[in-house]
Amino acid sequence: MTDRRRLSVNTIGELATVRFLDKKIVDSGNIEEMGAEMFSIVDADHLKHVLLNFEGVEFLSSAALNKLILMDKKIKQAGGILRLCNLRAEIMEVFTITRLNRVFDIRKNESEALKAFGAS
Amino acid sequence: MVDRAWAWSLHESIPSNVDDGHRLIEQLMSALNDLGWDGRDLFHMQMAAEEAMVNAVTHGNKGASDKHVEIEFKVAADSAFMRFRDQGEGFCPSALPDPRDDDHLECTNGRGVMLIKEMMNQVQYNDRGNEVTMLKHRTPPPQDE
Repeated sequence: MTDRRRLSVNTIGELATVRFLDKKIVDSGNIEEMGAEMFSIVDADHLKHVLLNFEGVEFLSSAALNKLILMDKKIKQAGGILRLCNLRAEIMEVFTITRLNRVFDIRKNESEALKAFGAS
Repeated sequence: MVDRAWAWSLHESIPSNVDDGHRLIEQLMSALNDLGWDGRDLFHMQMAAEEAMVNAVTHGNKGASDKHVEIEFKVAADSAFMRFRDQGEGFCPSALPDPRDDDHLECTNGRGVMLIKEMMNQVQYNDRGNEVTMLKHRTPPPQDE
């Protein structure tokens, strides 16, 4: 398993549950690292399904959104499913304004998301 | 945009470097916190500031080490003003495709300008398109019944 500084990753079979270690996902260098660490879940660890749990995340910029879009494409190419959960109201508003709530499968909390994966 | 008394202000020119930009935005967030800004309003301010700064450094100045970004913040308990001016060629914001269109929904650029427009009360670009000024009014607290 890859060493990670921006994310913590737990695996349940083919599913990776991911938490962010930064409260604010805004620093350009950190966003690049975060992207590389996310992509390695699919490319290096060969996990198909990913749940991104945003608990504790207070802010994210559009550069971070771009990494999520790339991650979604990567997972779809691998035949997997990406889900997001625990988005605070302000971050959910960003997804609504940008209409990215139509691209991503967003669940209220982790247990709801795990149920959707059939992994509860 | 607005000529009035402000509780805190900052006016600096930074090199084309996002780290310097983040440092100034942290100062802005701290000043807003001190003035009682929180929640959604504070989030909107950070979003608009970050997107405008990154656009100025990376798209405007294209990261050129010999170019600078002029940044101005003026804040009060009820409103805040921001200005970012780069030394690039400028752009036409109305010519950008709408990132919310189905054809562009999964593109990985173009959301910053739209987020700024949605989260600020007033946004103006100069004719050249290398300067953006923004005004945000804080949401009034709910009245006790």
